[in-house]
Amino acid sequence: MEIKTLLYILLTGVFVNNYVLQKFLGICPFLGVSKKFDQASGMGIAVTFVMLCATAVTWPINEYVLGTDLAYLQTIVFILVIAALVQFVEIVLKRFIPALHKSLGVYLPLITTNCAVLGVAINNITDGYSFLESMFSSLGVGIGFLLAMVLFAGVRSRIENCPSPKAIQGLPITLIAASIVSLAFFGFAGVIDNLLGM
Amino acid sequence: MKKQKKLSILLRGLIAENPVLVLVLGTCPTLAQTGSVIAALSMGIAATVVLVCSNVVISALRKIIPDTVRIPCYIVVIAGFVTIVQLLMHAYLPDLYEMMGVYLALIVVNCIILGRAEMFARKNNVIDSALDGLGMGLGFLLALVAMATIREVLGAGSFAGIKIPFLQDYTLPILTMAPGGFLVFGILIAVINKIGPKKGAQKRKEFSCEGCPSAALCGKVSCAENVELTEITKPEIVTNKEEKEGEANGN
Repeated sequence: MEIKTLLYILLTGVFVNNYVLQKFLGICPFLGVSKKFDQASGMGIAVTFVMLCATAVTWPINEYVLGTDLAYLQTIVFILVIAALVQFVEIVLKRFIPALHKSLGVYLPLITTNCAVLGVAINNITDGYSFLESMFSSLGVGIGFLLAMVLFAGVRSRIENCPSPKAIQGLPITLIAASIVSLAFFGFAGVIDNLLGM
Repeated sequence: MKKQKKLSILLRGLIAENPVLVLVLGTCPTLAQTGSVIAALSMGIAATVVLVCSNVVISALRKIIPDTVRIPCYIVVIAGFVTIVQLLMHAYLPDLYEMMGVYLALIVVNCIILGRAEMFARKNNVIDSALDGLGMGLGFLLALVAMATIREVLGAGSFAGIKIPFLQDYTLPILTMAPGGFLVFGILIAVINKIGPKKGAQKRKEFSCEGCPSAALCGKVSCAENVELTEITKPEIVTNKEEKEGEANGN
């Protein structure tokens, strides 16, 4: 039952509640860095990684430091913790795993002001998840972000090769394509519920 | 003369440099909060309040904040005002607070606010910064309400919750859902591209890092790519022209 719940949270995050395509969080990197496949996947992996770290740090802070008395400090504390964490991760990666830093490094500072990371940290708290559930939720959301980025990078590479009217070139055609991809994700609604019998 | 300058600071944000439709900043709340006019209106007002207050404070502290740690300082100021707005709304407008949910807290990471702090408030005096914040905030509000009106009227057949007799029977519910957000935003920008002022070189709207506050930090990965792209596309245009000329000559 426990595993089933975790799996449900994970799969819901990936498909049904996809942050980019259904909740409109993290649109900036989704539109900005999805031009090339390798950049898109790099960004997706970096975001997943930071989401996991951020949840691992913010959940205990919320539970043991903020509690109910200081709950009004949540927004300030979370954004500062995430900003500091991103810097910290960057320094650690640079020092110990330079290869990974080289591939993810450029994306890390961008993630500080990514609303998907702050969003998932806050949503985990408002949904009342336990620590393990929060981690799975973050992992699901991160993978969902990665999936959306990678899928959309493919879509965009096709768009680049198509002649389109001048007025819709650039951002408009990208947004319209995103709309269609988002529509496709509607198909997943209910699938997870039936699959796990919940 | 001076008054004119101040007026232009205020008006710039409304149309010419509209943060959403021209600078393409703050896309997340634009897409998420425009399913209904009420949500768009409250989001716009909340963001405007935070924008004006944070611009004023950041501009007042611009000589005290050290340059190297300015971004964290701005984030603290902005997060402080967001918390104030959150508490006020929770106390006096609990229904709206519930409706806006996580997006209210996410005003902290709205690029428009950090972007204006970085681009305007840290270089200008308090009054100009307040006017800039107000103009940009109203521009944001205007764009949000315009988008929400299209989505709600066509998608739900109502305006701010009031039912419209005829349209109510022929709704397109998809417009109020996620795909509709992308679609309406895309079409709106396309329309502005088409009818917008063409004098000078109006740049093709790419999603740019120009106004992005983290651009300085990220080394402008995607901007550099955009530059490459435009450089590549330019010769193509030239060759097309040459071809056309060649054809014309041939004819």
